[in-house]
Amino acid sequence: MYDYKWPYPLEYDKEEIINADVLVLGGGIAGCMAAIAAARAGQKVVLVEKGATKRSGAGGSGCDHWESAATNPCSKVTPEELTQAMLHDNEGFNNGISHYIECREGYDRLLDIEKMGGKIRDTEDEFVGAEFRDDETKLMFAYDYENRFTLRIWGTTFKPAMYKELKRLGVNIVDRVMVTSLLTEGGAQGARCVGATGIHTRTGKFYIFNAKSSIMCMSRPARVWLFSPELPGLCEFRPPQCIGDGHAMGWRAGAEFNMMEKSVPAEFSASGRSYPPYGAGNNHNTWYAASIIDSRGKEIPYADRDGNILEDVKDRFRPAKGQKFFMKGGGIDFPKYEIEGPETLPFSKMIEEGYKLPFYADLTKLPEEERKVIWGMMVGEEGKTKVPIYGNYTKAGFDPSKHVLQCYGTGWTSASFLPQERQLFGLPGGFFNDWTLSTNIEGLYAAGDALYASDCYGHAAATGYYAGRHAAKYAAVNELKKWDIQQIEEEKNRVYAPLKNDPDMSIGWKELNMAIAKTMQNYCGEVKYDDLLKVGLSRLKEYEEKIVPQTFAYNPHELTRLLEVFDILTVSQIIIEASLARKISMKPLYFKRGDSIEDESSKDKLIVIRQSNGKAVTREVAVDYFGDLKENYEKYNQDYIRGDR
Amino acid sequence: MREMPAANPIIFDSSKCIGCNRCMEICQVDIFLPNPEKGKHPIVAYPGECWYCGCCVMECPVEDAIKLRHPLMNRVHWIDKKLLMKQDNE
Repeated sequence: MYDYKWPYPLEYDKEEIINADVLVLGGGIAGCMAAIAAARAGQKVVLVEKGATKRSGAGGSGCDHWESAATNPCSKVTPEELTQAMLHDNEGFNNGISHYIECREGYDRLLDIEKMGGKIRDTEDEFVGAEFRDDETKLMFAYDYENRFTLRIWGTTFKPAMYKELKRLGVNIVDRVMVTSLLTEGGAQGARCVGATGIHTRTGKFYIFNAKSSIMCMSRPARVWLFSPELPGLCEFRPPQCIGDGHAMGWRAGAEFNMMEKSVPAEFSASGRSYPPYGAGNNHNTWYAASIIDSRGKEIPYADRDGNILEDVKDRFRPAKGQKFFMKGGGIDFPKYEIEGPETLPFSKMIEEGYKLPFYADLTKLPEEERKVIWGMMVGEEGKTKVPIYGNYTKAGFDPSKHVLQCYGTGWTSASFLPQERQLFGLPGGFFNDWTLSTNIEGLYAAGDALYASDCYGHAAATGYYAGRHAAKYAAVNELKKWDIQQIEEEKNRVYAPLKNDPDMSIGWKELNMAIAKTMQNYCGEVKYDDLLKVGLSRLKEYEEKIVPQTFAYNPHELTRLLEVFDILTVSQIIIEASLARKISMKPLYFKRGDSIEDESSKDKLIVIRQSNGKAVTREVAVDYFGDLKENYEKYNQDYIRGDR
Repeated sequence: MREMPAANPIIFDSSKCIGCNRCMEICQVDIFLPNPEKGKHPIVAYPGECWYCGCCVMECPVEDAIKLRHPLMNRVHWIDKKLLMKQDNE
């Protein structure tokens, strides 16, 4: 590589200004759907994406099931029932607004995506007569076959279909530009959002986006505790360039965040700690409900929530006696009794009873349609499975009617982490929102993974579209405001500073990311202590003040990676600040304090946090701040309900 | 001087690749750079940053011109169930 010249023109000194009515930041599922909604509302839309919109984002390569489509014609649960179950499952610490939108509008978005060219039905009649298929609509369901609110979908077709629709609608798609900051009126923290800045990831050119309203559609933070300099692409579940830039720039702009003290023990995808997602033996999610056998071929029984052994495979897809419905999937980790579905008996019990390790996922004895739908449809349509799992394993001779696939670790995640290794996963913290998905910053909306307690594809698509509608409404009645020149100059200085340093003396992005991850593991790990959190925070501030000015990047690609790590540094500080503000252990937030005080007054409160003049400012908000779901939704969305454009 | 990377995610078949760079343009992580020799397959400049999504292969117009390969440590094991049962009987 050393003798290879950078192939793109270097344009660090060039600037491009792009105007829009609605600016969409991030071109994943949420961003695409936001842009589509705003464009359909007649607004001039610009979408900025760091990668390539056609396949960018966590769902770019595919998706195998769409959760909470409560309004599909076969569903036996209501959006209200489903959202209440999600809230109850997390003792209220969940985003009632965004998940209600998901439950209420998710199926509308599926129909939308179908019109764009995505496949949501078994149109080829591959699974006629299967219990999970409705032969009239040809829709296919996962998990609870009686209540039918989670759909199996052909998600590899979705992103390219959305991309085509964006182009058809005339959305200006700006790919390969990393958004680095939000612009606010007069450059003031907390003032109205008037656009954003960015740099081109190949040429380094500077971009100024000026818009009436903006929608934050970037990812949740990542690589905060987990980092491998050799295989940074495999550190986390989400793509490596999705590290929470949005959270960091939102913090700098004065946006409010919620549940940022929540992190879960790492579960997925860190280099060396896990096997490929959906590519090892397990019986969850994509692989539900595969049989699990021990290494003598003895099957691990499935049981219902009351411990009754389920002899028939069909019972793995039915609620227990007296249970209305059960839930599985993205946001469901340790379900409460009310929604707890069938599960294989616990690992520890199996070991006690003499089952022999390792275990294997066994599709050989499943009814043929169940085997075919797991291996070939779900594994195949789910993200990152079509080529590396389904394609490669098949080429290497894997036959699901003959072979059994080994499980690793002790759980279903096929991973084994250390206790101090954590992740923002399972409904993590994010932007605090109101009923229009607006943030506290006027003109700035949020959707998908940017929102607090976000989870899956359907949530991203539904909230994206919803935020797009509301941001369009704002843009229709507000004037374009000019950006602040000083804010632009300061941002230019910030983003280009690393280019000026001496590479022989400097620190690169990997070294800094590694240091942040170690700091977070050490000072903000499994158990939190005020004293340690404070030291951790001062270490991070030291990095910001003394190390960031000593960093270097060889080219625009490396500069992008380095600016991402600056954002990881900011996000780490938000997490510690929020952890300091949460004084007691909180189970629903996976928040454990070693020095928990005997004060329960903040037990039912969200800690909403923002930055003001360099200091963290917090306020407490009741977990049910959003009020009655149906009533409020209908209050803010009469035009949508009526079917206005 | 060169150094072997910790993983080699992308294997091109030069005899099949038509040098269209579609893999490079679809990669959201941007791990490829164009080859200085026109018409040749892109260079995997940042192999460690690969997310192993397979979109490059999905986008490739030529069958088997690109292979995506998980790092050795992430290659999983399977066994013929009959063999498993037989092992137990021995």
